[in-house]
Amino acid sequence: MISILVALVVGCLFGIGLAFGGMLDPSKVVGFLDIFGAWDPSLAFVMIGGIGVNALGHFFLVKGKKPIFAKKFQLPENINIDRNLLVGSALFGIGWGLAGLCPGPVVASILLNPMSLLPFLGVMLVGLKIGSVLKSK
Amino acid sequence: MTINWQAFTPEMSFLGGMLIGIAALILMLTKGRVLGVSGILSGLISPASAFEFTWRLAFVAGTILAPILFYVLTGTMIEFTAVAQSWQLYGAALLVGIGTAYGSGCTSGHGICGISRLSVRSIIAVMTFMTTAVATVFIIRHLI
Repeated sequence: MISILVALVVGCLFGIGLAFGGMLDPSKVVGFLDIFGAWDPSLAFVMIGGIGVNALGHFFLVKGKKPIFAKKFQLPENINIDRNLLVGSALFGIGWGLAGLCPGPVVASILLNPMSLLPFLGVMLVGLKIGSVLKSK
Repeated sequence: MTINWQAFTPEMSFLGGMLIGIAALILMLTKGRVLGVSGILSGLISPASAFEFTWRLAFVAGTILAPILFYVLTGTMIEFTAVAQSWQLYGAALLVGIGTAYGSGCTSGHGICGISRLSVRSIIAVMTFMTTAVATVFIIRHLI
């Protein structure tokens, strides 16, 4: 039960972080990706802040211990640079550039703009399903 | 290269990034899981167990409620200016879904969590999606 509550709080913190960071505004996201136009480098600072905190925590707290509410840390085990990783990431980037939306902000902005984001989320979930079925073949 | 100084918000973005990093760290330290939204959503549509479904649903609920808390805390409305409509919007949604499933992660899982633990796979993934995203915006804004 407490672990469900933790997930809820983590989701809130994550979404508030996205909001502060400027990630919930697709025009700001595209402004960051538009390095050949009037470039807004703000979102690089989201990455610096996020990676800074998380990397410090990871290297000091995660190594060799157990998580509080689970038996072990579940880190990705695949270390191969394979075709799936490259093709998938390339397609994701095209979609991200087309609409300025990646999965976290889509979820976090649902209440801000449900008319366009609920259908977006629906299509994205269909895409996730298609992608995982294709990948497992 | 020109910088859009009017739009530039380094302090707020850095603060936002730190909150995202703290959220990811809490999830790792408590549940031992990577905070990757595409992975969390995948686990919701094909859940392994009732518990695996429930914590993901709680995370998503928290994320959906976050803008309300943001408004209560700061008194500022979050700006949302769409850049795509109709086929471009939904084509993007399909590509984001298929791509993150195929590439096993998105901006949160690869971008924040993967790079933080120096995963070579994640670093390559981020370089790949940044490149195609920048190229896509370049084509739309400056070529078409």
